[in-house]
Amino acid sequence: MGGILLLVIIVVVVLYGIGAYNGLISLKNQTLNAFKQIDVQLKRRHDLIPNLVNAARGAMDFEKQTLEAVIQARNQAVSAGAQASPTSVKRVAAAENQLSAALSRFNVVVEQYPQLKATANIGQLQEELASTENRIGFARQMYNDTATQYNTKQQQFPTSLFAGIAQASPAQLWEIEDQADRAVPQVDLSMKPKA
Amino acid sequence: MSGETTLNLFQQQEANRRRTVFLIIGFVLFFAWLGFGGDLIYYLSTAGAPPRAYHHVFPWFGLLLTGFGVGTAWYGYSTGPLKVLWATGAREVVTPQTDQERQLVNVVEEMAIAAAVPRPRIWIDPDPDPNAFATGVDPAHAHIAVTQGLLDILNRDELQGVVAHELGHVKNLDIRLMTTLAALVGAVVLMHDGTSRIMGRGIGFGGGGESGSRGGKKGGDLIILLLVVWIISWVLAPIITQCMAMAVSRGREYLADAMGAQFTRNPLALASALQKIDAAEGPTSSIKRGAAHLCIADPLGRQVNLHEGMLSNWLGTHPPMNARIIRLKGMGYAQLKQQGGTVA
Repeated sequence: MGGILLLVIIVVVVLYGIGAYNGLISLKNQTLNAFKQIDVQLKRRHDLIPNLVNAARGAMDFEKQTLEAVIQARNQAVSAGAQASPTSVKRVAAAENQLSAALSRFNVVVEQYPQLKATANIGQLQEELASTENRIGFARQMYNDTATQYNTKQQQFPTSLFAGIAQASPAQLWEIEDQADRAVPQVDLSMKPKA
Repeated sequence: MSGETTLNLFQQQEANRRRTVFLIIGFVLFFAWLGFGGDLIYYLSTAGAPPRAYHHVFPWFGLLLTGFGVGTAWYGYSTGPLKVLWATGAREVVTPQTDQERQLVNVVEEMAIAAAVPRPRIWIDPDPDPNAFATGVDPAHAHIAVTQGLLDILNRDELQGVVAHELGHVKNLDIRLMTTLAALVGAVVLMHDGTSRIMGRGIGFGGGGESGSRGGKKGGDLIILLLVVWIISWVLAPIITQCMAMAVSRGREYLADAMGAQFTRNPLALASALQKIDAAEGPTSSIKRGAAHLCIADPLGRQVNLHEGMLSNWLGTHPPMNARIIRLKGMGYAQLKQQGGTVA
């Protein structure tokens, strides 16, 4: 009788362990995948910026500084993103935040010159840029949600026993560092195509 | 901040999933009753017949009905989504031509990222009344359709809210459930219509068997009772199944609203979109009754959806718009409070 009880307990513990292990592995891969999604969207932004700058260059001679800041921030972000992984999130995030800030300054400038929007095809590029900013934001949101879930699972009691076996380590969240950058997502969201 | 919202959401999601499973079980049991119940009655009524008379042992009626039902439902399931889209006269947006289309495609792609689902196929329905719906069988084979009227009156944020709501339906597999239910309802209605004629003969059989067994068996009353209930079930089958489909649909609108808020983190935009959709006069004429339960707002503009209550619980496809807007605003204000009211 006692033997059977022991056997049952062992089986239950082993089954639970397998479940916990698989759950952790699944979340780990989801986190990795969510991180790659941000990467994809950042790349999209990096590719979009040269088009935007080229379209604006002719019409924006008087705002060279803004454009150069965008280009510089873009190049830095590209090099920072070359070795991105969930453990080096902070550095990449800082570079990308710089770029976001530069882009938002660019948008502010464009808003000051309504004729620019109409003449230089910039209106369309701005929609693309707004969409890209959103995509990055949503990819980041997805990553943070998944990473939080992953981190919580690692720390919660019974599962935490299996974190070592699953080689689970806490994933860094993608945070927005300073107050000025927090304003970025508000750029041009209300832009209507017909306006 | 998101932790709490997500937790509530998962609880709500879980509760909804459970309810759905119960409803589908109810559907299956109802189906089984319609088929095998008939066999049971026939079996009971022939059980006391003389040895050489016909004994109904093999449940051919139930098996036939099940086979036919599964076949019809499967056909409806596999062709349903495209049929719904064709019926509304929607056209697919493959490569966006205008700024409006480009924005729609962008918004859908953004929301697909937020929801972590593949980008669904995008359709525009030329109807001037604002409405939207999603259909398909799973996130990899999903369709999202919006009317021209919706594109015309909503701003980018509001459109995002509506698309997020629809992707909520996609993500939690509502679209599969709805397609399944539509197929089941279709199968029941078709069987009901098709067997109405045979029913007459069926009753004749049952009556004959029953009178034959009256002398020897005590179960006569039970058989009559079963028979009456069975016939009433058949008569009411289309209505009951439609009510079941609607009950599933209604609870899910709240959940999709909540998921939309989770994806955009902007419940107030969806609330204002719903307000605009609600304020728009007139029903969406291109969307027929069959697709009504898929839409973000009831396309038929029925009065029954205006109030919560017994009648609307059974007849409406959508919860009252005001209740949805109030819930979303509640979420929005809670969010503002947590962020210290910095966001306008």
